[in-house]
Order: sequence, then C-alpha cells, then structure tokens
Amino acid sequence: MEKYQVDAKAGEAQALIPGRPLVLGAIVLVAWYLLYSQLEPISHFFAYTLVGLEPGSHLGEAIQFFVYDTPKVMMLLTLIVFVVGVIRSFFTQERTRSYLAGRRESAGNVMAALLGIVTPFCSCSAVPLFLGFVQAGVPLGVTFSFLIAAPMVNEIALVLLYGLLGWKVAALYLGTGLLIAMVAGWVIGRLRLEGWIEEWVQELRAGEAIVIEEKLTWANRIERGGEAVRDIVGKVWLYVVLGIGVGAVIHGYVPEAFMASIMGKDAWWSVPAAVLVGIPMYSNAAGIVPVVEALLGKGAALGTVLAFMMSVIALSLPEMVILRKVLKPKLIVVFIAVVGLGILFTGYLFNLVI
Amino acid sequence: MEIKVCGPGCAACEQAQKNVEAALAAQGREATVIKVTDFQEIAQMGVFSTPAVVIDGEVKCVGRAPKQAEVEQWLG
Repeated sequence: MEKYQVDAKAGEAQALIPGRPLVLGAIVLVAWYLLYSQLEPISHFFAYTLVGLEPGSHLGEAIQFFVYDTPKVMMLLTLIVFVVGVIRSFFTQERTRSYLAGRRESAGNVMAALLGIVTPFCSCSAVPLFLGFVQAGVPLGVTFSFLIAAPMVNEIALVLLYGLLGWKVAALYLGTGLLIAMVAGWVIGRLRLEGWIEEWVQELRAGEAIVIEEKLTWANRIERGGEAVRDIVGKVWLYVVLGIGVGAVIHGYVPEAFMASIMGKDAWWSVPAAVLVGIPMYSNAAGIVPVVEALLGKGAALGTVLAFMMSVIALSLPEMVILRKVLKPKLIVVFIAVVGLGILFTGYLFNLVI
Repeated sequence: MEIKVCGPGCAACEQAQKNVEAALAAQGREATVIKVTDFQEIAQMGVFSTPAVVIDGEVKCVGRAPKQAEVEQWLG
C-alpha cells in the first residue's frame, strides 16, 4: 500500500481542519457570492458611465456583454473546477473499472454513463482506459457508454449553461447527454462489434492491473481541488475570453432574430448541419458556451444550438485519432454515426418541444 | 536506476516527466529516464491509466502526475 506523502502546506491545512478552514471557506464563499451578484451593475457602470458608451449601441452592447460575462464565467469556472476536483479525488479510473467489470449490459450502460461524469478523464488517457476495460472484461457497449459520457457530459459546460442560461437548459443538457451515452453504448453493444477492435488488443497479454490505493485526507482532497483550479483554469481561460469575445461581437452586431432564419426552428436542415459542422471542430467546453448564449439571444433554436455544442465537445478529431490505435476504422465510423444520430435526435426533439 | 514515465505525451505526462527530472536534479542523482509511449508496452506493465511512473520495474503511481516531493521520496 502506498502512503501518500503530505507536503508541508497540506499538513498545515490538515492541522487546522475542521475549525479555521471551514470558517475561511465560508467567508470566501460569501465574498464570492456578493461579488458575483454585483457583476451586472458593475458592467453597466463600466460600459455606459465610465467609458461613456451609448446603451443600445453596437459597441456599447458588445463591451457590456464582454465585461459582464468574462468575470462571471471565470468565477463560476473557478468554483466548479474546485468542487469537481475535490469530488474526483474520490473516484479513480481503477475503481470505476473494477466497479463496471461485473456489470451486465443495460444496468452497466447506465452506471458507465454516470461514472463517466465523475471519473477523471482526458482524451489521451482514452486508450489505456479502453485497454483496461477490455482486460477487465467490461462489455464493449458499456465501455462506449463511458467513453461517450466522459467528454460529452462536461462539468464545465454544465455549470456555464446553468450560469448563463438557467437551470432548465443545464438540466436538459445533462439529461440528454446521459441518455445519448446510455443508448448509444447499448446500441453498439447490441451490434456485436467485438471483432472490430484491433487484433493486438484482442490478443493482449497484459500484466495484472496495478492498483495503487491512496489514503487521502480531506486536506489532500482540498489540495487536489486547488490543483485542478490551477491546472484547468490556467489552461482554459484563453478559450473563455476568446469565446466571450466572439459572443460579444454576435451580441452587439448581429441583428436581432438574424439567427432565426438560419438556426431557427423552421430551418429543418440546420440541425444536421450543426452536427456536421461540430464534428471536426474542437473547442473547450468553456469556450463554446458563451457562443451558444449569444446565438440563442439572436433567435437560434435551442435544439439546434445544443446539437452544435454537443457535437463540438463529444465528437472530437484528436480523440478519434487516438482511439484509432485500438479500434478499426469501421468501429470508429459506427461510434461517430451512433453518437451523431443521438445528438441529431436530441436537437430535433428540443426544437419540437420547446 | 531506471525510471519509466508512461503516457502518450499529453500535458499531464509531460508534467510527470518534468517532476521526475526535477526530483533527480534536486537530489543530484543520475538515472536513465525512459519515456514509454507505446500503449501495448504500457499495458504489459499492468498500467491502464496514464501518466504512470515506474522505478526499477516497480509501478509507483498511475493515473496522475506525481509531485516532485513524492518522486524524491520514492528515490529515497
């Protein structure tokens, strides 16, 4: 068993728990909330009073949008990445794998999709994870449910949708994302495509899976949250600012209801077009949501926009390239097709219902 | 001493490599640091999540980049 080495900083924090850090955390949270609730008036003051732009003018609207959304998104992002970082310290890929190994299909697909949300995952770890799942005897369809849910139901996208568009849109995204992962994985399982995995994987004589159990204290977990913030926020902030910049331009300069004609409910072809355009595009979830917000504001239909967003974040070219090492091209095509159809269906469903 | 850093070469894997090298430098020790990017070879070691650090055949950590202090402790 591996003992986790607590470094000096974590040791200090540990000694203080549960007293002072809790109070400190509460103070930080209250300060966070107070600042967050004042962002809109501050942005109005900045754009219209301080800079002196005309409310309702193109530039004024664009600047106000940018000055409001950038700190808002960054604050939400920091909070959520921290919370998810702490939650993820409870889940490891090893634990998820051993949990799914004994599952049958159906129940397995549901579990895999749910675990896909909370298990730490990046697209370059997809191949070792796939090998581990195969080696542990996780059914192919269940493995795919995980591989679909992990990038698709993205905690950053979820929170940004909640912050920018409200809980209903966020819940729709979460629900349909999970459903697509479950159903698409189940379908791939039914198709019996085990033969479309590369031969070397099928013949793999792998060593016994090495599991290193870490004993983590709460201080360690909080530290993990802090690391996640440094790591992820440090990496995605530029995408966020760029995304909000694009959103601000759309918000300020694109005429009201302009999007209704090309991305509206009546344009039936817009959903498949959105999915097709989204597949080769690869953006961080944090960058795509501000664009989504601006498009919706200009009359684009929710289903079309959600389909676009899901396609961009769930089906990414880099992940396909890396999965090609273990899957034959036929299986990759099936994977893209099944998930693409699921997203298409979701897009039409929302355009129809809402 | 032989240290293997396993991973396809994403940001986390590079971080792992950097921390290993920093730990060696801090202790002034010499070791062969090998970057293992072949998935088959990685799987044969029983490693199914990357990055992973293997010191003289013993897997020390899987699925995350270890901190420099941790690596220093493993080096002894």
